[in-house]
Amino acid sequence: MEILGLSLAMVVLFVGFGLLIGVLFGFFGMGGSFLVTPALLVMGYPTRVAVGSGLAFVFGTSVIATLKHRDMGQVDYKLGVLMIAGTTAGIEAGKEIVLHLETLGLAGSIISVTYVVLLGGIGAFVTYEALRGGDGGEGINDVDADDIPDIAKKIQSYRIPPMISLRGGVSVSLWMILGVAFVTGLLSGFLGVGGGFIRMPALFYLIGVPVPIAVGTDLFEIVFSGGLGSFLYALDGGVDLSIVLPLLAGSAFGARVGSAATSIVDEDEIKVYFGLMLLGGALAVAVREIGNVYGIDALNTVSLVLILGSALLVSGAVVYSSITALREERQSSSPA
Amino acid sequence: MVDLAAFTSMGADGIDAAMLIGAVLLEAAILYVGYGAVEEAFGQRVVERLRGE
Repeated sequence: MEILGLSLAMVVLFVGFGLLIGVLFGFFGMGGSFLVTPALLVMGYPTRVAVGSGLAFVFGTSVIATLKHRDMGQVDYKLGVLMIAGTTAGIEAGKEIVLHLETLGLAGSIISVTYVVLLGGIGAFVTYEALRGGDGGEGINDVDADDIPDIAKKIQSYRIPPMISLRGGVSVSLWMILGVAFVTGLLSGFLGVGGGFIRMPALFYLIGVPVPIAVGTDLFEIVFSGGLGSFLYALDGGVDLSIVLPLLAGSAFGARVGSAATSIVDEDEIKVYFGLMLLGGALAVAVREIGNVYGIDALNTVSLVLILGSALLVSGAVVYSSITALREERQSSSPA
Repeated sequence: MVDLAAFTSMGADGIDAAMLIGAVLLEAAILYVGYGAVEEAFGQRVVERLRGE
């Protein structure tokens, strides 16, 4: 039996894989192209189709996850639009740096090292901060002064007009927002990635936006970047609907679960999982690069197993934490 | 990142690409509404079950 030209087993595999990614995407606002593209490459799809279909999938999932976060009041549209403006300029600048490095023959190695260092560095920092933070972060849409990171307080202290009021009672200079957006876009363009893993922590640690709103606003931005990117790939025949449609069917459900979990799971737990996910990703990219340098093909498979394994573990932990939190909530509310 | 040349040279391919992305958007909208209805109908029951009620 075939559906969309794929065997039933492949359709089930794609739906299941989509479900896993959807949970992570809805919960963290990242993880789409990071997981889908390498998996499709290993399955033997051409690079153009793997990247294009990955982007189209990210676009569809981000639409669903953004709508779900909007329902929970976790999208700051004003911040999202400003971030899109700054990020677009940053991506263009990042791309120019890559082109310059390519002429020097240094692009591949510098980008790989930067990617591993950045992914691992942010992962270690976020995990450390979350573990150190104790039981803070009770508010979902309002941010407690004690929960705002020091760097964000410093950035918020620069009162260069015009000042922009954001959700969660945060007020930041327009120029600071554009500056942060430009730098995250620069890194995103330089590394050739969607940038959710850079933007989400940047919104929290640098601007001081509460984590759930940082996730929702990041997803809102991905709707535009993913839509444009997949359209450009579709022009070259790089989008395969037989891949995208079953993936999306699974991820739409997973994104609902992941988005709902952000309101249930403690904010510090979200950060711990996010950090562990990034550390797993950094290790996987490092292994893949070592494999490429020394021509060991098996390391590509090890890298994919590491990425998928950490994704499976972290999404399982998110679901488990949500169920535990629901049960604890019941126990604490039931009469003694 | 915005490839202006791709937009200006858009012909039938551009329309095909837009329809492809439109199909993804349509599926996303249908799934959002469809799963939303399922959540509305069964969500509370599932949460209660998970809570152990």
